[in-house]
Amino acid sequence: MRITITLKTALRALRRNKMRSVLTALGIIIGVGAVIAMVGIGNGAKAQIEAQIASLGQNVILIFSGSMTRSGVHTGWGGAGTLTVEDAEAIRREISGVSAVSPELRSAAQVAAGNQNWMPQILGEGPDYFDIRQWPLVEGAPFTDLDVRGANKVAIIGKTTAQQLFGDESPIGQVVRIKNVPFTIVALLSSKGLSVMGSDQDDVLIVPYTSAMKRLLGVTTLRSIMVQAADAKQLPVVQQQLTELLRQRHRIQPGRDDDFTVRGQQDIADMATAQSKTMTLLLGAIASVSLIVGGIGIMNIMLVSVTERTREIGIRMAVGAHARDILLQFLTEAITLSSIGGLIGIGLGVGISKALSAIVEWPTLISVTSIVVAFLFSAAVGIFFGFYPARKASKLDPIEALRYE
Amino acid sequence: MNPVIKLDDLHKTYHTGEVEVLAVRGVSLEILPGEFVAVMGASGSGKSTLMNIVGCLDRPTSGRYFLDGTDVSELDTDELADIRNKKIGFVFQGFNLLSRTSALENVELPMLYRHDQHSARELREQATRALETVSLADRADHHPNQLSGGQQQRVAIARALVNQPALLLADEPTGNLDSRTSVEIMGVFQQLNEQGITIVMVTHETDIARFTKRNVVMSDGVVLTDTPVGDRLFAGPELERLQKTRGSAPQAAAS
Repeated sequence: MRITITLKTALRALRRNKMRSVLTALGIIIGVGAVIAMVGIGNGAKAQIEAQIASLGQNVILIFSGSMTRSGVHTGWGGAGTLTVEDAEAIRREISGVSAVSPELRSAAQVAAGNQNWMPQILGEGPDYFDIRQWPLVEGAPFTDLDVRGANKVAIIGKTTAQQLFGDESPIGQVVRIKNVPFTIVALLSSKGLSVMGSDQDDVLIVPYTSAMKRLLGVTTLRSIMVQAADAKQLPVVQQQLTELLRQRHRIQPGRDDDFTVRGQQDIADMATAQSKTMTLLLGAIASVSLIVGGIGIMNIMLVSVTERTREIGIRMAVGAHARDILLQFLTEAITLSSIGGLIGIGLGVGISKALSAIVEWPTLISVTSIVVAFLFSAAVGIFFGFYPARKASKLDPIEALRYE
Repeated sequence: MNPVIKLDDLHKTYHTGEVEVLAVRGVSLEILPGEFVAVMGASGSGKSTLMNIVGCLDRPTSGRYFLDGTDVSELDTDELADIRNKKIGFVFQGFNLLSRTSALENVELPMLYRHDQHSARELREQATRALETVSLADRADHHPNQLSGGQQQRVAIARALVNQPALLLADEPTGNLDSRTSVEIMGVFQQLNEQGITIVMVTHETDIARFTKRNVVMSDGVVLTDTPVGDRLFAGPELERLQKTRGSAPQAAAS
């Protein structure tokens, strides 16, 4: 029997029980739709995280004060103040592969401007910070080495903070009081969006690190040092040299733990993508379960259909159909049902993803691969779950089948 | 002339649990081209089993069966299916048409399983010609539920003829029809037989058997009698006779 005729026969049989076919296909539609949407959400999250990591700047190495593990025990970063401004200067001076260095401090503090109040993230940074992070200014000019040396009371404001304190007014030249110390706004940063951890990166007020140490926090040590390597290929070498230099400066005996933590950008990226990969996999696995349930639905209906059409099978066999023809006929029906369900499911999944990104503002990313895989998988579900009923039909005895009431 | 059917000491034994059922116990029979044979017998006489074997739906336990010169007693299921497709046309008591499928497409069905493939147009032309031989070409688009019993049986006959088989097998073809329609169907058979088609028919109605040329009566799995029909009935005059007595015999439609 020709494939076109087999296909026509299958479509006709499916049309004959419209409601039943639609309900059976619904299982596959929901399954495929769920897989597409879930993988879309997972991939979207992954892409967003990757973009955020790229927004950290290129070839960035972060050195945190304190050890991540001390004798095997996790103690967290930025704890004990072991990094100093002198460490940062030594790094800039002695390691050739380093192109920029910014000592860092971080704190949250109440900020007032006129009668407005806000609690942004206060960052103490060096002038190189904006280059390292590739974070352009919208208005004004950045603070300089001169401001750092004089611990001047100047600040650069983020988009969100500016919005909260000054509304649509230009913040340049305005005075804000941080812990009652007046600072003059000299520049406005462009918007950077959410960070890897999900916080608003634009909710900041950046001051020279010296100003933060002396005028705001009253500390002599740094939270961290941000280092940029000149070349991506040199990153491992620079990382190695950094560690050696700091161990030497901190007089750490061989065999003892570091009192600082060096983190390459790649380490952070790897951690974040590993997390989102796990999430994508988990979502995909949950959605696949519904696809399998849909497949069982197909099997169930095909079994009913074979029983109902026993006589038809008998007639076809009597006029010369081989067992193979009957097997193909029912298998084609199952595959047609699951493939059509798969196609509609792809549409549904894409629709759900688009709706989610539009309404809830979840980033979703639908790849061609996931669509092709979902379609092939739905066809495979048809073959797998359709095979047993089709085989059962093909094994019928024509005499018995013709006598079936 | 080579026989269309040659049965040589045919046996068929069924095993149902512990019990052996000897359904056919040594039947030898020859049917020549152009014959019109009625196989008769009470239920349990083995006539249905014999017809299943003759129709290549079943295989004999022992003995030989030559259909149109080829030994088909030891063919596998696929080969039997091909024989059914090419050499045998079936007509059943319950018509066995595919529901919600037009008369034309029902007639096309056996052609779909042929090994030589034809275009959709050729299929339609051959199916239309088969419908013309049973004078139903004008009902080609009708579905079985839109046709009377007699018309449905004609569609089934057209389906049986469409692959130009050597043999037409009919299993109680008038069992579901009233007496007048039965005579009409026998008329179709007689007409086809005139054109040279060999017909073997199972029936338990003796007056229907009188439309054939030869009656084989079975009992307990063996052939009891095998006689030519002496006082043969012909559909034409019979229909005229029924026309005259119409209205006086309403009980005839009750079967």
